[in-house]
Amino acid sequence: MTKREPMPVPAHVELRVRRQDGPGLPSRVEVFRLPYRPNANVISCLQEIQRSPVTADGTPTTPVVWDCSCLEEVCGACTMIVNGGVRQACTALIDQLGGTVTLEPLSKFPLVRDLMVDRQRMFEALKRVRAWVPMDGSHDLGPGPRQSPRDQEWMYQLSTCMTCGCCLEACPQVNENSAFMGAAAVSQVRLFNGHPTGALHKAERLRALMSEDGVQGCGKAQNCVEVCPKGIPLTTSLAEMFRETTVQAIKDWVRREPSPGVRT
Amino acid sequence: MAEGRYIVVGGGLAGLMTVLKLAEAGKRVDVFSLVPVKRSHSVCAQGGINGAVNTKGQGDHPDIHVKDTLKGGDYLAEQPPVKGMCYAAPGIIYLLDRMGVTFNRTPEGFIDFRRFGGTLHHRTAFAGATTGQQLLYALDEQVRRHEVEGLVRKFEQWEYLGNVLDDDGACRGIVALDLRSMEVQAFPAEAVCLATGGPGVLFGRSTNSVINTGSAAARAFVEGALYANGEFVQVHPSAIPGDDKLRLMSESLRGEGGRIWVPSDGRPTDPVTGKRMPPRGEPWYFLEERYPHYGNLVPRDVGTREIFQVCREMGLGIGGRDAVYLDMTHIPPEVLTRKLGGVLEIYEKFRGVDPRFVPMEIFPGMHYSMGGLWVDYEADARGSIVPSPRNHATSVPGLYAAGECEYQYHGANRLGANSLLSCLYAGQLAGPAMALYARNGGKSAAAAPQAAFGRALLHWKDRFEGIRGMGGKENPWRIAGELGELMTESCTVVRENAKLRKALDAIDALSTRAGDVNVLDPGRAMNLSMAFVNQLRNMLELAKVIARGALLRDECRGSHDKPEFALPGPSTANPKDDPGFMARWKASGERWRKTTLARYTPQGPEIGYREVPTPILEPEPRHYD
Repeated sequence: MTKREPMPVPAHVELRVRRQDGPGLPSRVEVFRLPYRPNANVISCLQEIQRSPVTADGTPTTPVVWDCSCLEEVCGACTMIVNGGVRQACTALIDQLGGTVTLEPLSKFPLVRDLMVDRQRMFEALKRVRAWVPMDGSHDLGPGPRQSPRDQEWMYQLSTCMTCGCCLEACPQVNENSAFMGAAAVSQVRLFNGHPTGALHKAERLRALMSEDGVQGCGKAQNCVEVCPKGIPLTTSLAEMFRETTVQAIKDWVRREPSPGVRT
Repeated sequence: MAEGRYIVVGGGLAGLMTVLKLAEAGKRVDVFSLVPVKRSHSVCAQGGINGAVNTKGQGDHPDIHVKDTLKGGDYLAEQPPVKGMCYAAPGIIYLLDRMGVTFNRTPEGFIDFRRFGGTLHHRTAFAGATTGQQLLYALDEQVRRHEVEGLVRKFEQWEYLGNVLDDDGACRGIVALDLRSMEVQAFPAEAVCLATGGPGVLFGRSTNSVINTGSAAARAFVEGALYANGEFVQVHPSAIPGDDKLRLMSESLRGEGGRIWVPSDGRPTDPVTGKRMPPRGEPWYFLEERYPHYGNLVPRDVGTREIFQVCREMGLGIGGRDAVYLDMTHIPPEVLTRKLGGVLEIYEKFRGVDPRFVPMEIFPGMHYSMGGLWVDYEADARGSIVPSPRNHATSVPGLYAAGECEYQYHGANRLGANSLLSCLYAGQLAGPAMALYARNGGKSAAAAPQAAFGRALLHWKDRFEGIRGMGGKENPWRIAGELGELMTESCTVVRENAKLRKALDAIDALSTRAGDVNVLDPGRAMNLSMAFVNQLRNMLELAKVIARGALLRDECRGSHDKPEFALPGPSTANPKDDPGFMARWKASGERWRKTTLARYTPQGPEIGYREVPTPILEPEPRHYD
């Protein structure tokens, strides 16, 4: 049995929120004091601020803007920095955070407003690496290939990636001076190359990973796997894709096929 | 002249399947979504997707799926679309398989199937316990491919505001709000499909995502589309209450053997069945005792009512609270992790207790709307759906609807694992129907009168300038909170006419107060307060449809339970053996086995009823043992 020790119940929760009205505008920290409620999480605190947008010193303010949708940690929307660590706000329970909670937006993505950022680059990376099984069409062509329960298990785990951005936020190689696409998209290449039909187009995806923004950008800091809320073995994916791209590059060199990023 | 574009509003399963079908036919599609489509509410579906693939040697067949679905919905679902859906289901599961959905497998490498509520067959394919997420991702990937190829444009973080209607009342496009810039823009289309999901937020805390306000469907209703069966609201038996929402604990937990119980208080017999109760403190598996055949897998409306009865009437909830146990602890932990990991993880993260070793505490929560925009279908003499521009067409020409925002497939109660299926099947019909509409007589958007677009655009620009200036004394989120409590109290499990009348008055009062809100935020970027003030008005209109529909329907059917009008039960174990009961049941059915149709008027919804044709299956008393 894993029962977490609850912290002593505070009368109030202090929420310190970094706010910014839009890109390029000055940022500020606003402090809110909310009555303690059982089962509260960061989301329900932010909802309470919507119902009563007044800071701790009694100044009326605007409701905090943040991204969220499912509140069950399957949609990936509500990623933010909570008490200095990157995570989903919905599973950030006040009882486990203590009486003071600081909220900041992700720092590796363009800011939209307050705690909301633009993670479009992650979806663009999925386009770059062709993260799909190419199909002839959605008409009836019977069942797909049979698969072993063992293969299903590892592929399912990779497939639970919700594009939340934790791995990019934590990665020292994702920064202004690097084009590295981050662990999430690399891991999707491993997923689609592992699927029997997806594997038919394996080389295309590997070649995409050989570009400047690809797997060579990884600096092996291993932060990604630490922060992944779904426990996806991202470092295993990175290592495997590193190996596979090398093999692909050699194959391409032997066959004289042009590979981006590999000088022949 | 180049053919125009098509618009799909909503990027969940139904929306993306509609997009896929249009793109595959070479059509250009604009998809509008409040969130990046990959974050749509379909991700929340946990348990699986139904299809009578019959790989378990149990003699399952699409016809049995049809019967389970129609009976589960108490014969209010439209029969030809249900038949079409159940027959298409195995092919849809295979299609998803080909897209790379990581369905759980049998040792021989086939897709595994598990049991779900309202059926006795293993009919539900699943990917761990995050099947909806996995299905949505597969569709998202396929649509992304078409996006790269240039057929699909995504407008993410855009909100649908309303239709562009021409002088004949046909839909020629939409007006949408770019939440990033708060600018309003009009978009022409050959045809528009709403795939905007359910209205969970109307009930305050529900199992739905926060984006599920029902605002888009409500606005289409206000602009003239008929709304059907609004009063049929599914309350799922098993959820865990949180401060911000109710979190679903999938029916698949029971499908894999989970047992519902409360500690017995030692009374000698169950007042409902007259059966002996276990000694005080011992587990009383009341669903298994009351329904020996279906046990813990009775349909959701039945399960929810039993849990309510045991907690509220018998006072047997755990510690006197609104809670019962859902017990998985007799199943090997490694099996649980493999088949149900995703949902058990949610419980552990939010409750701090590992449900593989400690029974979960659950209680019913608002989950799904069977009702939605009325949509049409076309079937041949045998009740088989045929390709037609009428399929999934709303009562507004050129406007289509697919998924939870439409009413066709689930009648008075939806069976578990039929929702993902109905979304995908609806998309498979809606896409081609839109293309046929444009080809056969729909008016080209290119020739649309500019005046109609100008009018619509002006209306919404004025509306949002008006909202920006609102400096009244009410807080919009508080009004929504009060609406949620009101709807949960009056329009969920047990309904009473006196309460419903009061609720309608209270909704009117909230509507008046909503006219005096403070917008709280004058910002011109990502101003979610302004967007919400607009949504709130639509939510209140939809609340009236639900409450009024519930008030006028004086019977019990599926999720709609009004004890003051319950038929006295049969005196025999099988209702068909009691001629007196059968006569009462028949008379009541003739009066009430009808689709509720709501039409908007500024004074409140006007409610009418329409016969449900039965070309496939003759109704019989709904009975589970």
